[in-house]
Amino acid sequence: MKTASALFRSAGRFNLAAIAVVVFAIVVFGTSRASAQNKDAGAGNIKQSTYAALADAPAKARERKNPFAGDPQAMAAGGKLFEQHCAECHGMKAGGTRKGPSLLQEEVQEATPGTLFWLLSNGVVRRGMPVWSKLPEQQRWQVVAFLQSLKVQAMNSQP
Amino acid sequence: MVAHVIPESIRQKFPVLSFLVLLFSLLFCFPSLVWAQESPYIVTYDHYLEEPGSLEVEYFSTFGTQRGGNDFHAFWAEFEYGATAWWTTEFYLDGQTTFHDSTVFTGFRWENRFRLLQREHLVNPVLYIEYEQISGADKILKEIEGHDVESDFADSNAALRKEHDHELELKLLLSSSFKGWNVAVNPIVTKNLLPSEPWEFAYAVGASRPLALKASPNRCNFCRENFVAGVEMYGGLGDTQSAGLHDTSHYLAPVVAWNLPSDWTVRVSSGFGLNDNSHRLLLRWGLSREFSGFGELVGRWLGSLGGRR
Repeated sequence: MKTASALFRSAGRFNLAAIAVVVFAIVVFGTSRASAQNKDAGAGNIKQSTYAALADAPAKARERKNPFAGDPQAMAAGGKLFEQHCAECHGMKAGGTRKGPSLLQEEVQEATPGTLFWLLSNGVVRRGMPVWSKLPEQQRWQVVAFLQSLKVQAMNSQP
Repeated sequence: MVAHVIPESIRQKFPVLSFLVLLFSLLFCFPSLVWAQESPYIVTYDHYLEEPGSLEVEYFSTFGTQRGGNDFHAFWAEFEYGATAWWTTEFYLDGQTTFHDSTVFTGFRWENRFRLLQREHLVNPVLYIEYEQISGADKILKEIEGHDVESDFADSNAALRKEHDHELELKLLLSSSFKGWNVAVNPIVTKNLLPSEPWEFAYAVGASRPLALKASPNRCNFCRENFVAGVEMYGGLGDTQSAGLHDTSHYLAPVVAWNLPSDWTVRVSSGFGLNDNSHRLLLRWGLSREFSGFGELVGRWLGSLGGRR
């Protein structure tokens, strides 16, 4: 009887663990897939909303100057950081992927350094862009310097 | 994969070894593009969540000294997934080896963290909810709660395993980043789901900073910006039946994280007990790797399964 009881307890524990794993998997992947489907269905809206988020930057934040503006070392460091943290969603050349919009668009390239810094620091959480304030302020400015160097590169590459 | 690496007889004798080989195989074999920028904390949480669609696989060890009993090595694996930019969910598997005793699986945990505010503020709150089903032999000491003291762990594994706990744990993760520093404060409340058990209280606080705030232009393993150093302190605060600091244990732990460009993060922490109720030393280390695009990969796989039907 004792053995049966122990087995029952053991099976009960196993079942609970199995149920937890199944619920975990269903909830998480269900949410991810729903999120991906929403993105597919409204890709245009997402693009618009993501760029629209640039307009949310407060005036004071927009006016901030990049301490590394024009510094080639900072641009190179920013490029490295971009590759490490941003390219997964925005593409290796910042041209955008299914997960994130192009950063070569006019809306981004015409934005002030302060606006880009603000967006990087605050993310667009409701649209899937994480908050990047875990990078120190200097590194975020380096990323901004890199992003703004893309405009110059694009202009130079035009015939 | 494990079947090819470890003979059947060894797998039966050493299930933990099999599990570790599987875990490390997964860690080494899966390609990844993302470079993790992890905090050095092992007990304290800051407000940064996993990137959406990314899976972080982590292995941690705690070596603890034990007066009036055998020293132990507790270990756990974490599977942390960024469901959205505001929700991270995580599954834990715990185990431990008590020297001159035995190695046992001690239970599982399922935690969820929800970012409460969309944007960055001076203090950023994140709600933490965890369900855990563990035995009394669990020694990972991820949280020190209520009146947890060193002598609770002195019994043999056989005796400790007779206790089974179903607990709900709630934390408010308050965290702030300023001038490269991160400061995090976590008030903790735990409830054993048995009605007779009291609510237990605890805390964890931490501060950390990268060794360099500017990134170097070159890809490098030993650049100062890859290292984050800090300190954390954690302990129990009693329970609803007996609040206060009597019969509680507390630890102070310097912590260091090394974020490698090859997607790996190594964490090391040495926790020193601050009173006679605490283990004298909790030496911890952890290894983790982030897999970007994991959710997309699984989504595509599920989609292809659906397509076949």
